[in-house]
Amino acid sequence: MTTERKPIYLDYSATTPVDPRVAAKMIPYLTEEYGNPASRSHPYGWTAEKAVENAREEVAKLVNADPREIVWTSGATESNNLAIKGAANFYSNKGKHIITVATEHKAVIDPVRELERQGFEATFLEPDSEGLVSLEVFKAAIRPDTVLTSVMLVNNEIGVIQDIEGIGNICRENNVIFHVDAAQATGKVKIDLASLPVDLMSFSAHKTYGPKGIGALYVRRKPRIRIEAQMHGGGHERGMRSGTLATHQIVGMGEAFRIAREEMATENERIRMLRDKLLHGLQTIEETYVNGDLANRVPHNLNMSFNYVEGESLIMAVKGIAVSSGSACTSASLEPSYVLRALGRSDELAHSSIRFSIGRFTTEADVDYTIALLKEKIGKLRELSPLWEMFKDGIDISKVEWAAH
Amino acid sequence: MAYSDKVLDHYENPRNVGSLDKNDPNVGTGMVGAPACGDVMKLMIKVGDDGIIEDAKFKTYGCGSAIASSSLVTEWLKGKTVDEAYAIKNSAIAEELALPPVKIHCSVLAEDAIKAAVADIKAKQLAAKEAA
Repeated sequence: MTTERKPIYLDYSATTPVDPRVAAKMIPYLTEEYGNPASRSHPYGWTAEKAVENAREEVAKLVNADPREIVWTSGATESNNLAIKGAANFYSNKGKHIITVATEHKAVIDPVRELERQGFEATFLEPDSEGLVSLEVFKAAIRPDTVLTSVMLVNNEIGVIQDIEGIGNICRENNVIFHVDAAQATGKVKIDLASLPVDLMSFSAHKTYGPKGIGALYVRRKPRIRIEAQMHGGGHERGMRSGTLATHQIVGMGEAFRIAREEMATENERIRMLRDKLLHGLQTIEETYVNGDLANRVPHNLNMSFNYVEGESLIMAVKGIAVSSGSACTSASLEPSYVLRALGRSDELAHSSIRFSIGRFTTEADVDYTIALLKEKIGKLRELSPLWEMFKDGIDISKVEWAAH
Repeated sequence: MAYSDKVLDHYENPRNVGSLDKNDPNVGTGMVGAPACGDVMKLMIKVGDDGIIEDAKFKTYGCGSAIASSSLVTEWLKGKTVDEAYAIKNSAIAEELALPPVKIHCSVLAEDAIKAAVADIKAKQLAAKEAA
């Protein structure tokens, strides 16, 4: 049997492979140390509990928090739901207005929409054309009845880093609870919760070389933040999230976050070098545009639009690499990326976008291959493109009257 | 996206890519779709004095099935009369390429491109007749 060679993986923002060191650490907790961490009456339980608490300490250390501020969840989606619905409902007597951003992940947008159905009001801030939220715009959106704000640290599509400290300070001045989705940030940017004015922060393991199905929510103790549980049961995690703890998953997340803490400085330097090489290589192609601010951005992300080439056909052409597109044709909804649209990108450029995300196992040879592949295939697809032909003939495509369909 | 072998074949080896002379009185051009919607097809046909399509060329901005749909119709058009061409239905294109349901609109666009090209050549011929 022959197996087709797998494409080069450049989709680390979708998920990362589990680091072999993480996997090795997890396995004994499946087959040998299988106790329930909530079992207080025998060594099986004690061993599992110790492993869980060690992991909690590792997660807390990466973000400079107290381990008692970390609550295990099934992932960042659950953390976001627990934080947003839990805090909004607990503090709803203070007010029923929520502020978030149009470019947030669906795991933030949808819980906020759900709260709107329950009688809350929400403001979805528009970022600037580089994807950043201005502090003035944010300040102007605050109302006396604003109870909660949710802003992501690192955007999943364009990798831009928001001014969390600035937004948090405004929240403090106005007595607004501040939640931050940091799923894409751990191991990529330094997070110091001892100094950051943040009340709730969501984490995921699988974006940082840990396993899927495990995450955590940071819940500040000083000043103490209260949330309503969304999952009721045995009262685990101080009543905030019931359910038997998944020891092996938790051990994996702890080990992944420990590695991130110890290696992120050198790793990010190497990844930045690779990203810049990719950027400069692709910028030699005519009519390419970087989506999102380049300076305030994690080194792992490069989101580019290749004008006059449609995203899905480009993805098909570059089968040798595994990447994501903002094109409508690659999504079930047939709508182009709402994140790129919020930046004011035209539909055409949103359709023509590719997100490259680089990670721990990306090599320089991978980047060289990618640049050569893109150059060849974009040339081929532009030969096929009537829009490219019009552009080359000097026709302004935005001035043509198209029959929308 | 799991495409049929036929779509992949047309996508990887598109037939009849290019343009014809749009000022040629025997050439009809159909341009349909919109960049904002993610697909634009340009189809050009050259019709002989006997009313038979001698040549067809296309350029398409769009997804794999849009490219395959337009490539396929250029093959089908050659040798047909303009009236036979006008009668080509999108369902036949979708069936031939085994397009998934979310891609049916690509075959609709290809049908629209044929109709637009035929309408263009008929308008040109009418104008030529009136001028004569």
